[in-house]
Amino acid sequence: MYSEIVMEHFKNPRNVGEIENADGIGEVGNPACGDIMTFYIKVKNNVLEDVKFKTFGCGAAIAVSSMVSEMAKGKTLDEAMRISHRDVITALDGLPKKKHHCSNLGSDALHRAIEDYQAKLQGKMYEKPGDGPEVCECPVRDIEDPEEAPYCATVCERSSK
Amino acid sequence: MRIINFDHMAASPVLPEVVEEMLPYLTERYGNPSSIHSVGEQAEEAINDAREKTAALINANPSGVIFTSCGTESNNFALKGVMLANRAQGNHLITTGVEHFSIMHAVKALEKQGVEVTRLPVDKYGMVDPDDVETAITDRTVLISVMHANNEVGTIQPIGEIGKVARKHGIPFHTDAVATAGVIPVDVEAMSVDLLSMAANPFYGPKGVGALYVRKGVRIAPLLDGGIQENGLRAGTENVMGIVGMGKAAEIALREMQARIDHLMPLRDRLIRELPEAIEEVGLVGHPIRRLPGNVSVTVKYVEGESMLLFMDMEGIKIASGSACISRSLKVSHVMLAMGVDAATAQGSLLMTLGRDNTDEDVDDVVRVLPPIVRKLRDMSPLYKKSSKVKASA
Repeated sequence: MYSEIVMEHFKNPRNVGEIENADGIGEVGNPACGDIMTFYIKVKNNVLEDVKFKTFGCGAAIAVSSMVSEMAKGKTLDEAMRISHRDVITALDGLPKKKHHCSNLGSDALHRAIEDYQAKLQGKMYEKPGDGPEVCECPVRDIEDPEEAPYCATVCERSSK
Repeated sequence: MRIINFDHMAASPVLPEVVEEMLPYLTERYGNPSSIHSVGEQAEEAINDAREKTAALINANPSGVIFTSCGTESNNFALKGVMLANRAQGNHLITTGVEHFSIMHAVKALEKQGVEVTRLPVDKYGMVDPDDVETAITDRTVLISVMHANNEVGTIQPIGEIGKVARKHGIPFHTDAVATAGVIPVDVEAMSVDLLSMAANPFYGPKGVGALYVRKGVRIAPLLDGGIQENGLRAGTENVMGIVGMGKAAEIALREMQARIDHLMPLRDRLIRELPEAIEEVGLVGHPIRRLPGNVSVTVKYVEGESMLLFMDMEGIKIASGSACISRSLKVSHVMLAMGVDAATAQGSLLMTLGRDNTDEDVDDVVRVLPPIVRKLRDMSPLYKKSSKVKASA
């Protein structure tokens, strides 16, 4: 099901943990959708000096988090903001199609951590976006009959309000 | 590496005696039961012999046993066949919210064609209340379908009581017994069952063969039209080899049933007792007593099922889970949601289905291997720190 790179990152995830007094924290996901990822960053001279994460989720979610943390470390904030879902899938040598939406949230969590840092710099509280349909991408959400997707539908509706 | 199969509900190995019985039907006994000549006759006799053995397993009249390709076909056949044949009498079907996909999705397909459906709720153990069945009956009800035991959570329904209610009102009663036939005692007379679905693999017969029992007098339309096989109720050349295998497996299952149950229950009960001792915040899903002898269904909080399952697989232990991440639809098990298990907890589902090849040593291994896996995943989980006041002890 998973590529060798995914399994390797799943077995030996890099950068697991929290950063005390992190410069930015970003969280995405919802347990009903399957995965929750929290990223912690330490920034020095506009560069990601350290990146750590905690993840609740499937093998793909853990491997994605680990890969994103590795890709982001040492990059400038602008470079890190440009890490896309597609880049992560490519670096992992592919993910099963059904995991593309649900589990590939690592770069979103990283971007939120960076936005959190930038908001703090400007003396503002970073307003965490609600985990609406744009994040809680349940692939079955489009099905007309709500009973087909009982939980995803309610979660996505509730959070988009 | 030693392989431990704790996923018998998905697949069980076929018994060697069964394989031996089946093999000649690939080669020298290749006949088509519909042929009039002696080679065909040989195949027909083999099927009738298998029909008697399969019927004996559920205490049914052999003439009511119709062979199918699997449990899913049997379930579709029962529901669609009875609803179609009884259109003139009524259009209402009663079922539950915890059925297997092959009932749940067949019901949905019928609903789209205009059939009215009542889906009964279950309690926290996954049990249906027979009184709810009676309350749901209308003068348009033509079928009641309640599974015998749930494949995911192991709960055994009060089928005998529901059967009495159905009988009292003269409504045909179907039960999906794929998880129970050949596993625990099933008796269509004692349970007042009119239609019963079963499959061969759960009692160590081959995949690709099942049966539907239909009581004499129940009106049912065929799912497949064609030749006059199976009394005209299931067209298509018979899977002779598979049917022979199902018959042999049924014969052995009937003989060994009590011994198998006596072997499984202590292993099951050890897991149910020892897993929560080894790992904090593990919950049993399903009924503690009215439960399939080989079913252990638990939730492990703060971690997700697929990641546990993958690590267990690396240790040679094969299990399943009702987590959304496992299912092809990416949905949490509808059975657990119907029982009121919240979606986040259901994500940590582990489903172990034991079989005749399992031993105490297998249980030892699982109880030893799982805790460090859970610890590793909890240390990685953002939910663990947030929700739990107690850190896992080393």
